[in-house]
Amino acid sequence: MTEQKMPSMDPFDRSACEETIHELYHFLAGELTDAKRKEIEFHLDHCGPCVDIVSFESDLRRVIADRCREQVPKGLRDKIAQLIDHELDASESGA
Amino acid sequence: MADPKRFSEDAMVHADSLYAAALRMTRNRSDAEDLLQETYLKAFRAYDRFQEGTYLKAWLYRILTNTYINSYRAKKRRPEETDVEDVGELYLYRQINALERSGMARSAEDVALDLFTDDQIKEALESLPENYRYAVLLADVEGFSYKEIAEITDVPIGTVMSRLSRGRAALQKSLAGYVQEWALVKAEK
Repeated sequence: MTEQKMPSMDPFDRSACEETIHELYHFLAGELTDAKRKEIEFHLDHCGPCVDIVSFESDLRRVIADRCREQVPKGLRDKIAQLIDHELDASESGA
Repeated sequence: MADPKRFSEDAMVHADSLYAAALRMTRNRSDAEDLLQETYLKAFRAYDRFQEGTYLKAWLYRILTNTYINSYRAKKRRPEETDVEDVGELYLYRQINALERSGMARSAEDVALDLFTDDQIKEALESLPENYRYAVLLADVEGFSYKEIAEITDVPIGTVMSRLSRGRAALQKSLAGYVQEWALVKAEK
């Protein structure tokens, strides 16, 4: 008798959807083990609703990151550079 | 040992990202500028102890974090300990879907993400309790790994994960408020 090797996450089982949603953010953050990541990818190959959710959350994550970018004001950048140069000069002349 | 002459070149690359973190944490431009300046001066003075080959950006964040805790958080009467309501997973997604089903907003899912202004996203993030805010910022804005965040904030990785899950849920709840306002305005038209 041959035992067929089944993926540990049956894509047609609702608990696979729950598992995907539960691990969603760890999945997007790249924090899952290879085995777990593959299970979820396998499920996503077969589950439209979960693909929808994952793409929404992934877009949201990107939007949040993009909208929080800032630029150091030029004056402050110059001031920090000057302070460091000054420290560097002082440490060299002291050495 | 890291060469101090290379400090500016190596460390200033991360200034915009550190400044964004300083702004989100202090919620105040003048404090954020002071915090960034102080972080770079401390980092320069400690640079001979920086192990070359390790992650410079994470090391700079560690200094920023300590400087923030020592100099800025102390200004407040007491640290924020307010807890956030646990709204569960996929809060924003579920809210948007409910709006669509109720007919209040068609294709809300498509527009929701373009709807948020920079200020709304920043405000939503800044409204989170400090520890949650910082974890979400490090993970989802800066892309640090959970392990790196544990090192930067000096807490166990389990604490990082629980702060992240609560912080992300609370952020979604905040953002859902903007979507509801938008749907109401749209429905009145």
